[in-house]
Amino acid sequence: MSGFDKVVTSYEEALAGLEDDMTIIAGGFGLCGIPENLIKEIKRKGTKGLTIASNNAGVDGFGLGILLEDKQIKKMIASYVGENALFEAQMMSGELEVELTPQGTLAEKMRAGGAGIPAFYTATGYGTPVGEGKEMREFDGRHYILEEALSGDFSIAKAWKADRHGNLMFRKTARNFNPMAITAGKISVVEVEEIVEVGQLDPDEIHLPGIYVNRLIKGTFEKTIEQRTVRTA
Amino acid sequence: MALTREQLAQRVSQEFQDGYYVNLGIGIPTLAANYIPNDMQVVLQSENGLLGMGPFPLEEEIDADLINAGKQTVTMVEGAAIFSSAESFGMIRGGHVDLTVLGAFEVDCQGNIASWMIPGKLIKGMGGAMDLVAGADNIIVTMTHASKSGQSKLLSECTLPLTGKGCIRRVLTDLALMDIEDGKFILRERAPGVSVDEIINLTNGELVVPDHVPEMTF
Repeated sequence: MSGFDKVVTSYEEALAGLEDDMTIIAGGFGLCGIPENLIKEIKRKGTKGLTIASNNAGVDGFGLGILLEDKQIKKMIASYVGENALFEAQMMSGELEVELTPQGTLAEKMRAGGAGIPAFYTATGYGTPVGEGKEMREFDGRHYILEEALSGDFSIAKAWKADRHGNLMFRKTARNFNPMAITAGKISVVEVEEIVEVGQLDPDEIHLPGIYVNRLIKGTFEKTIEQRTVRTA
Repeated sequence: MALTREQLAQRVSQEFQDGYYVNLGIGIPTLAANYIPNDMQVVLQSENGLLGMGPFPLEEEIDADLINAGKQTVTMVEGAAIFSSAESFGMIRGGHVDLTVLGAFEVDCQGNIASWMIPGKLIKGMGGAMDLVAGADNIIVTMTHASKSGQSKLLSECTLPLTGKGCIRRVLTDLALMDIEDGKFILRERAPGVSVDEIINLTNGELVVPDHVPEMTF
């Protein structure tokens, strides 16, 4: 790595400095657009006591689900955690702490975390268990709760294409939480399908500028599909 | 006769208007997309970051990078747009989506909705439901009128933890279409062949029955 060149060539280097008990903000929705190889590297490294913020927790055997096998996750911040038997077992036994957060609030918490906004008011969750114990305020006759921003020691994310400076393009709904997750980590690590030379991406078509990206690595992806639904011609 | 799933979806589709941006929840709401009238343009929003969701793909069109909020593989229609989750919930919270349709366990006559958590049972999370009910002005809840054991799901006060407070104004069940106004359910339509008495018997919250309650037409 030199200057603005963010490219690293090994997954070990990509996650260098990740230690036990750190907080990770992860991109992806279901298994779509997840940083699958970075997750595999965390499993290989055996980092423990992690707090992970991600919309979902993967499935048994893929995505964040594999980090449960050796109990590497201490706390999960997510909006929906179904479809994962090991997750359910560890949640029920109390080994795994879970903070359920509404999906839009989770996205905004990450966005705020990366944008220097410590907290924001939202109507989402007012009058529900999510609002309990949180500051409330009324604006124009509507009730809102105060939600705090989320940031992490690391963020891990997946994009489609990047230039060596880390300017990113995402593909279809694999964008989801990735842009916000990247901005919310002190060290942000992004894996992509293709890295091109600087100047080859049209500046108008960059979805997230490289200023938010610290490390970039080219990977190959399985892209497991959770619900394969088709129509017949 | 109580409405079938298809009839519920069909009745939901009658709420669509030309030019509407619509978010359809998982289950019966999603089926409503099959009944969009041919002379009408409706754009479907999927909260994982897609406006202009199309039907399921043909086998050869399957793309792991293109799914809906239920994590099913989908397609995009011409004119579709992709955006991040923050942008997606910005448009939901900001009230830019014209109609939201979602399911529930219970609704009460204060407009409260419970749809995500049954204490003592496994809790999987609220996903985007809390954001959708808090952000949308025009929401239709679809659900069965009563549980299998005959317990009303239209209550004077929800018993389960809430998804949203005071945010529901229209409920479509397999027996009736109801509005919620001033702390009361108002019976607007009944399923074909279902009597007003049957609806009264299965509605726990305060119910106002106008002089004329038409049968739904399809």
